[in-house]
Amino acid sequence: MSATAPTTESATPGIAPSQTVGPFFLNCLLREDARRNTLVQPETAGERIRIEGRVLDGDGEPVPDALVEIWQADATGRYHHPAGMSASDRAAAQPAPTFIGFGRAGMDDAGAYWFETIRPGAVPFDADPADQSGRMQAPHISVMVFARGLLNSLATRLYFADDPANDADPVLALVPAARRETLLARCVSSDGRGAVYRFDIILQGAGETVFFNF
Amino acid sequence: MITTIGAIVRGDHEVFPPYLYDAYRSTIKRSPRLPLVDVPLTLSERTGPGPAISAITPEDADLTSNAGTGGEAIGQRIIVTGRVLDERGEPVPHTLLEIWQANAAGRYVHRADQWPGPLDPNFLGIGRCLSDASGTYRFLSIRPGAYPWKNHPNAWRPAHIHFSLLGPSWVSRLVTQMYFPDDPLHALDPIFNAVPAAARPRLIARYDHSVTEPEWALGWRWDIVLRGPDATPFEADQASQVSQATITTAKEDAR
Repeated sequence: MSATAPTTESATPGIAPSQTVGPFFLNCLLREDARRNTLVQPETAGERIRIEGRVLDGDGEPVPDALVEIWQADATGRYHHPAGMSASDRAAAQPAPTFIGFGRAGMDDAGAYWFETIRPGAVPFDADPADQSGRMQAPHISVMVFARGLLNSLATRLYFADDPANDADPVLALVPAARRETLLARCVSSDGRGAVYRFDIILQGAGETVFFNF
Repeated sequence: MITTIGAIVRGDHEVFPPYLYDAYRSTIKRSPRLPLVDVPLTLSERTGPGPAISAITPEDADLTSNAGTGGEAIGQRIIVTGRVLDERGEPVPHTLLEIWQANAAGRYVHRADQWPGPLDPNFLGIGRCLSDASGTYRFLSIRPGAYPWKNHPNAWRPAHIHFSLLGPSWVSRLVTQMYFPDDPLHALDPIFNAVPAAARPRLIARYDHSVTEPEWALGWRWDIVLRGPDATPFEADQASQVSQATITTAKEDAR
């Protein structure tokens, strides 16, 4: 290769395509120290919430071999990740080390998944720390669904039905109004241990959940 | 055989499989039928959990002995290694790779796998490791066997290893499968063939004699390129060209 050969040319094989998670991931992805139903520790700051739901197929039947992963900010709206923070941000306000914000759950015997977590804060829209627009997103939890029969994971978001900030959320605004409610988790009970939010994920058919392309 | 291929795809249509691919029967009731909603990459997608599991040990990457029985798994010993890269070819360090696979006879340790292939008491078929500073990962395992499934009459999955990668961002989250070259079952497998033809070779490891260790194990190399947090958002106008209808095309894969 000559010294003037372009160095930007990469020899990568190209982005790896996805394949289904299949039916046999249990012992690997849901082994005791790999599943993450409980995201909170006793020291975690924030309002405790529980999220419960089912994954339903086109016949309305629960999908017993689905896997649900979530990713969320902490109660102050910070992700446990360096992106989008200036150096001074990082120095001044580290994300709470008692909260990572990642959850992974399989389905229980009743065909439902659950997470014990905290209500996230509103987060900036843009990753660019130089962005001065101040655009914010309503509190939400990113959700990814994997299952036998899903050749690629499905990406969606959980918003809180009782949060007035939803009206100004820039991502919800891209969703046809009639379908937005599929992204709204509803509070079904509340006691001393915190609110319980219901979020069913309907893969197909009536009430089909909005899934994102990004 | 006529296979209906759905038009709904997340990510690049020339790389990623559609959700509906009816030769793979399980997609029929589980694939969304309404268009995906195109969204930009916000801070929520450009961040991610990172490895999220801290207690990984070197033994976790050795599937030949990590059953904890003191015995060794039966089968052809293999080294599977490669680099996790971003789209520019830069290494992606500190990525959690979790793998699972059938044993040498094609049997999984799972209650849903009941075909009469023998179980190996010294093989669990699960492993994990982190990519290092150069993006390199490495597993020691045994070569998995092909196994039958009930998708269609006399259906057999080609030998493969499942890979899950927790990369640097939510957008880079990937679950996929690695295959071995020159397998006659590739052409018959609807899961493999659901990937657009030009991208299928990306799922196939290559034999690398420099990885092979004498008197020990055969070496296979498989590099994995993840979408990065700087990925160009899917263009809205590109998406609008995607019809909701499905297309029907002749395929030579699964009957």
